[in-house]
Formats: sequence, structure tokens, C-alpha cells
Amino acid sequence: MVPISFYLVLSAVLFGLGVAGFVFKRNILTVFMSIELMLNAVNLAFVAFSRALGQVDGQVFVFFVIVVAAAEAAVGLGIVIVVARNRQSLNVERINLLKL
Amino acid sequence: MTAELVVFFALAALAVAGAVSLILQRHPIHSALSLIVVMAALAGLYLLLEAEFVAAIQIIVYAGAIMVLFVFVIMLLNAGVEERTQLSSMARYAGVPLTGVLLVVLTFHVARASAAMTAAPLTEGMTHKVALLLFQDFAFPFELTSILILVALLGATVLAKRDS
Amino acid sequence: MNELAAQHPIIVVGLVKIAVLLFVLLTVLAYLVWFERKVSAHIQSRVGPYRVGPHGLLQPLADALKFLTKEDPTPAGADRFVYFLAPLLTMGLGICAVAVVPFGPGTIRIFGQSTPLVVADVNIGLLIIFALTSLGVYGVALAGWSSDSKYSLLGGLRSSAQMVSYELSLTLSVVGVVLLAGTFSLREIIMAQSGTTWGFLPRWNLFSPTAPQVLGFFCYFIAAVAETNRLPFDLAEAEGELVAGFHTEYAAFKFGMFFVGEYAGMVTVSFLAVILFFGGWLSPLPTGPHMAWAIYLPAAALGLAGLSLIADAVRYWNISGRITLSMMGLALGAIGILCTREGVRELVQGPFWFLLKVFVVLFVYVWVRWTLPRFRYDQLMAIGWKVLLPASLANVVITSLLVVARS
Repeated sequence: MVPISFYLVLSAVLFGLGVAGFVFKRNILTVFMSIELMLNAVNLAFVAFSRALGQVDGQVFVFFVIVVAAAEAAVGLGIVIVVARNRQSLNVERINLLKL
Repeated sequence: MTAELVVFFALAALAVAGAVSLILQRHPIHSALSLIVVMAALAGLYLLLEAEFVAAIQIIVYAGAIMVLFVFVIMLLNAGVEERTQLSSMARYAGVPLTGVLLVVLTFHVARASAAMTAAPLTEGMTHKVALLLFQDFAFPFELTSILILVALLGATVLAKRDS
Repeated sequence: MNELAAQHPIIVVGLVKIAVLLFVLLTVLAYLVWFERKVSAHIQSRVGPYRVGPHGLLQPLADALKFLTKEDPTPAGADRFVYFLAPLLTMGLGICAVAVVPFGPGTIRIFGQSTPLVVADVNIGLLIIFALTSLGVYGVALAGWSSDSKYSLLGGLRSSAQMVSYELSLTLSVVGVVLLAGTFSLREIIMAQSGTTWGFLPRWNLFSPTAPQVLGFFCYFIAAVAETNRLPFDLAEAEGELVAGFHTEYAAFKFGMFFVGEYAGMVTVSFLAVILFFGGWLSPLPTGPHMAWAIYLPAAALGLAGLSLIADAVRYWNISGRITLSMMGLALGAIGILCTREGVRELVQGPFWFLLKVFVVLFVYVWVRWTLPRFRYDQLMAIGWKVLLPASLANVVITSLLVVARS
């Protein structure tokens, strides 16, 4: 039997790596993918807790997190496409002015 | 060293390797492929935790639809390798030790706080229970998510249209 | 070996089943290509492969040798890792789906451990097959992108957009079956279709007494043909259209892998169609004391096939062909006689009916390909979103109403 703390440590490691990617990467798409990595790490924690406490609520929450991530990815990527068309670049350092 | 522990470590190593590769790769398509590897490893971990419905949904929706969307956008925008600017090099030299500190602190506190937890005994029919919970206790949030998806659909369509 | 199997039953028995299934599946895929060429030839009033071995039966071997020995160029600007990964993904994922397909109800003994006739008996078998189908989009998209060529990119984008669109209708058209059976497990879906209505009509999901899944089956079949990029939906990879679509820049072995992946997808979808709508390994004949002779049908069919091969061998044009065909006929007859023995008789019932139905579905697949013209891309996408998706949704609503009304 694998202790639940192993799963939570793995979730913490993945979350930390997601934060590192979010802060240090320059390509906006990679930043977006680091956000998805953070969401996945949280999903793992939810499922681990649901197994530890014997309730299925954690899995229902994971279902909702996945749905919200899908909606967020769709709208976010739409925004990325528009911004890339206007600024001609996917570099986060070039998209730091409110005015074109 | 039971079989379950071996499988856990293999999948966990795969997930961490994929996450590290996501950060270290220079081309966004390679980062996307690494993220797909992470999601597949996580689906395997969900199967190990007896959450088979969540594992299937993770592959079908997350790895099979959302990441396809990412790959499409990378292909459409013709994203190239990341450029190395002064700011990004500085961020790397200062950032890697700080990331290490963050990871160590997080891991230490999580491990210490949860060391006393033990897993509940095995149960069957997880999909059945998830369905009951989803359609009875969580029926209202379920309907709200369908409206959320409709809003996202409309938003993405409006955003991606060219001005005509 | 028996002690090793007793200590680690899952690993040893699993490995043996995987090896056997992989070997059989790859051979079946090779001969599916032969089958398609022969059927297409006869539809077009010609003979097809005839010289390489009797009736062209060694043609797949010749094709495999050709794929292995051809020159394998790689485009100059291609992303090497992704270029090599894409055909591997397509072939690997296509072959994996057969792991959850149950071939029969019985159990066999491998090294002393008795095990069911399926590699992985999971209770979400249906969802696993759909998961593998969703991941199949990557092979096409990544192949198109990594080839560094305009035709490949356009073909890849079109193919993957088509696959993603029809995937929705594919999964929705199956919801009716899940409602009728109440489970995602493939074995239990088959068990829920056992029995007969009015004494002679088998209770398959196609003519289910609660909610006949006719609309579901048509939506599923059309979506499946589109999902596997076959005619009439193969604009993205047809000759004379975008050169060859996403596999333009692939040659020799990698193209062979795409080829195998496409046919593996066809076989997977046919397996699923038979399991979900045609009762899997259940016999279409009603069971009962007066139907006890039906248990000899597999043996009779095999014996008949052997006899017809020998009859054909008598007047074949080639002496080596005559010898080979008569030996094959004798072998089939011997297997037929083996199937009349005590234990083998019951074991072979399930797989016989299952493979027979899969064969019929594959024949319809090939028949449709060589009969219908292909759709234009905008017509294709319009059908996927404006016709199939509402039809599948209507099927879900009607089936759920009927299930609730009759329960």
C-alpha cells in the first residue's frame, strides 16, 4: 500500500515545477502550459485525498476542475491568437504594455 | 518493495521528468509533448488510486482535447524556439536556486503534515458513486458548468474571428 | 514454468496473452490489406494479386519486405524527434486498443493458471478505447507539422480537425448502449445482450426490445469511417488531393507504420461495433435443447472452408499453388475436426461468432470504400457538425426516454 503522503509530495513537486515554469519562461504558450501543470498537480492532490478519506467528493471536484480548465484553455488560447496577431510576437516581454 | 510501490515510483519519476522537460525545452511543441507525458503518467497514478473514471476523463478530455488545442495553436501561430534575452538569462541564474528552495519547503511541510494519514479500505464501483454524487448533490454546479462551456465556446469563437 | 506462473500469475499470464495477441493481430492486419485488395479487385471486375503465392496470399509478405528495404529519406528541416515519434504513436495506439476486447466467455489455462479470453478485463473498457482514439489525433497532427512541408501541414491540420469533430459523434452515439447496459465494461455490455425476444430474435442492442439502437449504429458507423480517415471521408490523404496529406514526406518503414496504424484503427472500430451493437461473441441462433447441433457449426464451417480450398486447388494454374492450397485445405479440415472434441467445442463458440461478425463489418467497411465517391472537405465538416452531432444527441435523448419509460 502506497502511503498517501507520497502522492501529496509528488503533487507538491509538480506544483513547484509549474510555478517555476510560470515565472521563468518567456513564451506565452509555455506559460499557459505551466498553468495547466499546476492544475494537474492540484487534481492529483484532490484524488489522493478522496482515496484517503474514503469519499468520492474529491473525484467530483477533479471533474469540475478539468471542465473549467477546458473552458479556460479555449478562451485563453483565443486571446493568445489575437495578441500574437497584433504584436507579431509570442514573447511575454513584448506584451507588457496596455497600449499597442 | 511491493509491485504497487514499484509502479508508483515509475509513474512518479515519469511525471517529474515530464515536468522538468516542460520547463527546460526551448521549443513549445516539445513542451506540449512533455505535458502530455505528465498527463498520461498522472492518469496512471489515478488508476493506482482506484479512480478509474477520473483517469479515463483525464486522457479523453485533458490529454486528448485540451492539449490537441494547444498543439493546434502552436502549429497555427508557427511558434519557434524561445529567444534568450538578458532578462531571461538573469531569471534563470537567480531562479533555479529559488525554485529548489520552494520545492524543498513545500515538500517538507506536505510530507510532515500528511505522514499520519492512512488510506481507507478498498471499495468498488467508483464510477457508479461518482455518477450518483454528480447528479444528486452536485447537480446545480453540473448545470452551471454546461453554461460555462457555452460561454467559453461563444467567447473563443468571437475572439478568434478576424475583423471583417 | 508452472511454478513461476503460480508465484507471479498476473505478469507471466499477461505477457503470454500479450505476445499471442500481438502476433495474431499483426498477421491479421497484414492479411486485411490482402483482403481489401482482393475485394476491391473483384468489385472492379479484375482479379487482384494472383501471382505472389496462391491467390496472392504471399503479397503482404512481399509488401512488408518492400517497406523494410526501401530508402528512408528524412526532410531537411524536419523536427527529428517529432518526425520519428508520429508514426510510432499512430501504430502503437492503434494496436493497444485490442487489449480490452473480450473474445469469448470461456477461460483457458496458461501454465496452470486459468484466465479469461481478454488481456485486460477492466470495468471501463469502453472509455479506454475512446481514450486511445482521442490520443490518435496526435499522430496525424504531429506528422503533418513536423514534416516541414506545406502539403503535410495542410493535410495534417485538415485530418486532425476532421478526427476531432467526428470523435464527438462517435462517443455520443455509444451513450445509448451504455444506458441500456448500465456499465462501461465491455464484457458486461455483451452479457446484457444475451437472450432472445419472441423466442428467435437475439436481444442484440441493434434490435433491443427496450430501445433499438438503429440510429446509434448508423451514427457510430459513419463517425467511425470518418475517424479512421477512410473513404468517403479521406479527402485529407487521398491521392490527387493534397499529394498524400500528412504522410507525404514519409517513406518506407514509417509509412508502413502509418499504414498499420490506419488498419489497426479499422479493426478496433469493427471490434467495438460488434461488441456494442451486434452482441459480441453471442450466437445469433436461439439456444435450447432443440438447437444442440449448433455447437458443431464452427467445426462445420472450418471443414467446409477446407473442402472448398481443396476443390479450388484441383484446377489451379500453378503446381506449387496446387500443393500449397491443398495443404492449407487439409490443415483447415484438421482444425475443424479438432473443434468437434469435447473441451475445444465450447471454447471455440464465442471467438467463432465474434470473428465472423467482425469479418462482416470489415467487409462492409471495404465495400463502402470502393463504392462511394469521396466528400469535399467543407461537406465533410458540415456533415460532422450539422447532421451527425444532432442525430447522436437525438439518439441519446430518445434512448433515455425509452429506458426510463420501460423500466
